[in-house]
Amino acid sequence: MNPFQFTRVTTPKAAISAVTKESGTYFLAGGTNLIDLMKREVILPERLVDINRLPLATIEKTATGLRIGAMAKNAAVADNELVKKHVPLLSQALNAGASAQLRNMATVGGNMMQRTRCPYFYDPSMPCNKRSPVQAGPDKGRANGPSGCGAIGGHNRMHAIFGASNKCIAVHPSDMCIALVALDATVNVSGPKGDRTIPFSEFHRLPGDLPQKDNTLLPGELIMSVDLPTNRFADNSYYLKVRDRASYAFALLSVGVGIDMKRGTIQDVRLAMGGVAHKPWRLTAAEAFLKGKPATEANFKQAATLAMQGAKGYGENDFKLTLAPNAIVDALKTATKTA
Amino acid sequence: MTNKTKNPPIDRIDGRMKVTGGAKYFADFELPNTAYCVIVGSEIAKGAIASLDTQKAQGAPGVVGVFTHQNMPPIPGWDAPVGGEADGPAPKPKTEETYRILSSPKILFDGQPVAIVVADTYERATYAASLVKVTYTKQAPRTDLEKHLSEGVAPKGAEGGNYLRGAADGYKTAPVTLEAHYTIPVEVHNPMELHGILAHWTDDKQLMIYAKTQGVNATQNAMAQAFKIDPKTIHVHTEFMGGGFGMGLRTWPQETAVVAIARKIGRPLKLVMNRSQMFTLVGHRPYTVQTINMGADQAGKLIGIAHAATAETASYEDFTEATVNMTKFMYACPNVSTRYRIVRLDRSVPIWMRGPGEATGAFALESAMDEMAHKLNLDPIDFRLRNYSETDPERNRPYSSKNLKEAYQRGADAIGWKERRNQPGSTRDGGWQIGYGMSTGVFSAFRWEASARALLKADGSLTIQSAVTDIGPGTGTALTMIAHTVLGVPLNRIRIEYGDTSLPKAPTQGGSAIVSAVGSAVYDACTAIKTELMQLALKAGGPLAGQQTDELTLADGVLSVSAEPKKKVAVSDLMQANKLTVIDKTKDSKGSPEQEKYSMYSFSVHFVQVRVNPLTGVVRVSKAVSVADSGRIVSPKTAASQMIGGVAGGIGMALTEEAIIDHRFGRFVNNNLADYHVAVHADVPAIETIMIDKPDPIINPMGAKGMGEIALIGFAGAVANAVFNATGQRVRELPITPDKVMQKLT
Ligand SMILES: Cc1cc2nc3c(=O)[nH]c(=O)nc-3n(C[C@H](O)[C@H](O)[C@H](O)COP(=O)(O)OP(=O)(O)OC[C@H]3O[C@@H](n4cnc5c(N)ncnc54)[C@H](O)[C@@H]3O)c2cc1C
Ligand code: SF4
Repeated sequence: MNPFQFTRVTTPKAAISAVTKESGTYFLAGGTNLIDLMKREVILPERLVDINRLPLATIEKTATGLRIGAMAKNAAVADNELVKKHVPLLSQALNAGASAQLRNMATVGGNMMQRTRCPYFYDPSMPCNKRSPVQAGPDKGRANGPSGCGAIGGHNRMHAIFGASNKCIAVHPSDMCIALVALDATVNVSGPKGDRTIPFSEFHRLPGDLPQKDNTLLPGELIMSVDLPTNRFADNSYYLKVRDRASYAFALLSVGVGIDMKRGTIQDVRLAMGGVAHKPWRLTAAEAFLKGKPATEANFKQAATLAMQGAKGYGENDFKLTLAPNAIVDALKTATKTA
Repeated sequence: MTNKTKNPPIDRIDGRMKVTGGAKYFADFELPNTAYCVIVGSEIAKGAIASLDTQKAQGAPGVVGVFTHQNMPPIPGWDAPVGGEADGPAPKPKTEETYRILSSPKILFDGQPVAIVVADTYERATYAASLVKVTYTKQAPRTDLEKHLSEGVAPKGAEGGNYLRGAADGYKTAPVTLEAHYTIPVEVHNPMELHGILAHWTDDKQLMIYAKTQGVNATQNAMAQAFKIDPKTIHVHTEFMGGGFGMGLRTWPQETAVVAIARKIGRPLKLVMNRSQMFTLVGHRPYTVQTINMGADQAGKLIGIAHAATAETASYEDFTEATVNMTKFMYACPNVSTRYRIVRLDRSVPIWMRGPGEATGAFALESAMDEMAHKLNLDPIDFRLRNYSETDPERNRPYSSKNLKEAYQRGADAIGWKERRNQPGSTRDGGWQIGYGMSTGVFSAFRWEASARALLKADGSLTIQSAVTDIGPGTGTALTMIAHTVLGVPLNRIRIEYGDTSLPKAPTQGGSAIVSAVGSAVYDACTAIKTELMQLALKAGGPLAGQQTDELTLADGVLSVSAEPKKKVAVSDLMQANKLTVIDKTKDSKGSPEQEKYSMYSFSVHFVQVRVNPLTGVVRVSKAVSVADSGRIVSPKTAASQMIGGVAGGIGMALTEEAIIDHRFGRFVNNNLADYHVAVHADVPAIETIMIDKPDPIINPMGAKGMGEIALIGFAGAVANAVFNATGQRVRELPITPDKVMQKLT
């Protein structure tokens, strides 16, 4: 690990100005991702700004739904009564992630900002465009490592089948974010140029030609909170996570479902998939198809087929082309209790 | 006597110490003025170091030295083989390449040490290590066994020989035949405790070592050879190990390097490797590809089996294991042939991993047996019983003991085998399909040479000493139990000292042999004390004069006449009367000649129930029953724990464990515990263990056989067989991950 400066702040303002002032400065929340990246020398911060004392950990009811502070711990959100009652999908998704110890440290903001788990990204001796968008020169040392995409033509079992580019095929690894994108969350951020609100589906981005950019947050911006609108999905929601072991493994892929059902008919539905794209992947075509239709296996299969349009495998992850529609059907059956 | 009656379950003697931090592992030892070192590993798998810049690292705070091939202190015994198993560094046959740590710019495998950075703290050494700049001349690495299968060579030694009984292609003449290929990926031991060593030259001739080794005597010998010094001047201490699973069965080159550097810098030096180095520097279970050809008749009698295995090894050392052995004797089959080959690749050398060789082979053989049973429409247990070997068909001699039929029966009853339908995919529960599978495991029951010392004091306390290390199975508990049974000393008056070269010599903890080997020595030493006590009591003028030895009972510190318990003498009185403060006996146990007349094996049977989601391909082991037929169980509780641990490892082997290499670079991509999946609690159901607990009359006086390996051997096959029974999908490549099981949406 490289030497770095450490600052502790108590107000969002101080946090933002500290990060804006010097390049190479990072917010430190639970540290469960950032510290690992520092140990592996993927990121070499000059300064860490500890934001754990910011008063941003509340979970409260608002006029339009729920507001969850950016510093709320993953475990606290998952166990919160309001969350369990109004957005059980979020609670399920959080509990499907990481381990109890990690969830006790990890924060909502940090979870959204966590980097991909692509193994080439984590190993600075391996090629990776996300870590090293430009080829490292001799002066840059080994911190950046070689550019290129190690996963294309390599070990890409965990990688994207939607929206990848020839620069990067990584996926966003979060479980929580699948629930948030499905539930139409919005993100409140504060930055050197003021406050703004970002729809969750626009928070993360596809890699395109800038794989180093995971999201649309601007330099110096701090995530303050996430808003969740009121919904009618609580009775029929389900988070299905398919993974290589029963716990403490990232998703091969996951499906988040929320359904408003009346007498066997789908009034409204939200569907999103994780582990398939560089961002939490909303299945809008499948949603549109299912709306107003009876909850039958035939309809679920059709929706799954629609969801798969444009999917592309990269070798080791070709199985996701079969697994994804299967998982969509399985999740819909479970959420509608028609399994 | 131990083997006449079942032993009571007693608590692990070191349990409290382990959970309260009282047990000291090698890295827990602190010596004044210790320096710490960190290994910089190669970032290529084949080629050479082109340039090496250590200047920045040398200048970093706290740095004591940076050692590379340019300035590594000489190791005088380099050309004596460094390493080796058991009691001696049995030299491996020489290959074209040699690997001598930090001796040349040549790179032979991913992660090969290119520098060792020494500083006054671990953190400073870590930082300085990040400043070492290395550039390489790369060559294309050959690491993919699948691509080099045709380059297999027959290794020297017993394991390399082809075996033939009857006709090599006898299976072809059978009315029902099958050919199947089975693959096991690279698996890594990944114990919780990281590997390393603490070395301290108290002067230029006296060496103190705290190591992570499964045998202190083996480390002592290896270091004596490497540094050309008298083993007596080397003191090795390893009382506890935080899991070994085979990785500590030899002395690794980096351990030798640390000892050499410690001498050079004149300070104690500690190495604790990091997790990714655990994948490249301390061995692994080799990637192995196997083919089984099998033929049987309609009556379910095996006509022939041919079993061929090809495994990877390093370019610089031939590693072999007994992958195909089980096939030679497991079933009564007239035509059996086996063949074992290794391919030298640009990989670090493998080492035995729990259930070495046999676990790999059993997956293939026991999967094939299940496949054949299915073809014959026979229950898999029934098929095995029709081919049950009452005597060893390989060596044509009796088994010292074999209660496998009873094991099949008891396991089947416990899992609810009668619920199983022979037709795959017949049982459902909602969206899940349920299946049952079983498999047999077997491992040689060894009895190696070992010595132990027993000291009975006049105050009634007993001390047992042996150099053996307890790598976790409960060796100390088992040895305590053996001593207790012979001498009747209450458990809380027995003290055991082990894991140190100052104690009587013992073999390396491995091969499930320790209870048999060291246990026999403890038994003999305690029996010698007992004999002496009896002689004192029976001699002319002694308190029990006139009686015969076999009329006496020794229990709770009192020697009495069995038929007339009132005729007795307290051991303490007897010793005092003879002016003895202690009776001190050391015994070497060598095994008995009748061992040559019998084949000695421990057997196991594993039963599992799985639940499979056909849409997602997720497999859950929902029930597991493991039955051990390993002679008299010396310590029932720790024996059950061994089985439970073996099953947990078996679930990992079956469903999750795989170290993945990117063959373009010849390097691991999942070399950490987040991406290399060992089974977690959620993967492991409640495990039922059943002990047949019948003494083996031949192997040793306790009638006990080993059980560490059989707990794992065969388990993965049972899971694969259950997955087949649940779904009709036969997975022949471990691990059985969702992508291999999910079925296409129709
Ligand atoms: C072994 C392991 C297994 C895991 N398994 C899973 C899993 O199965 N599913 C899953 O979803 N996740 C998993 N995780 C990831 C885990 O969820 C994340 O590490 C965690 O959510 C990050 O939160 P944190 O508060 O610790 O962030 P930190 O590590 O502190 O920060 C991460 C990044 O976010 C930035 N950041 C933090 N807060 C803010 C803010 N308010 N505004 C702007 N930027 C901010 C930081 O600067 C940093 O760049 C796993 C992690 C590990 C180590
Ligand atoms: S997929 Fe993306 S993160 Fe992974 S190696 Fe390629 S560029 Fe890097």
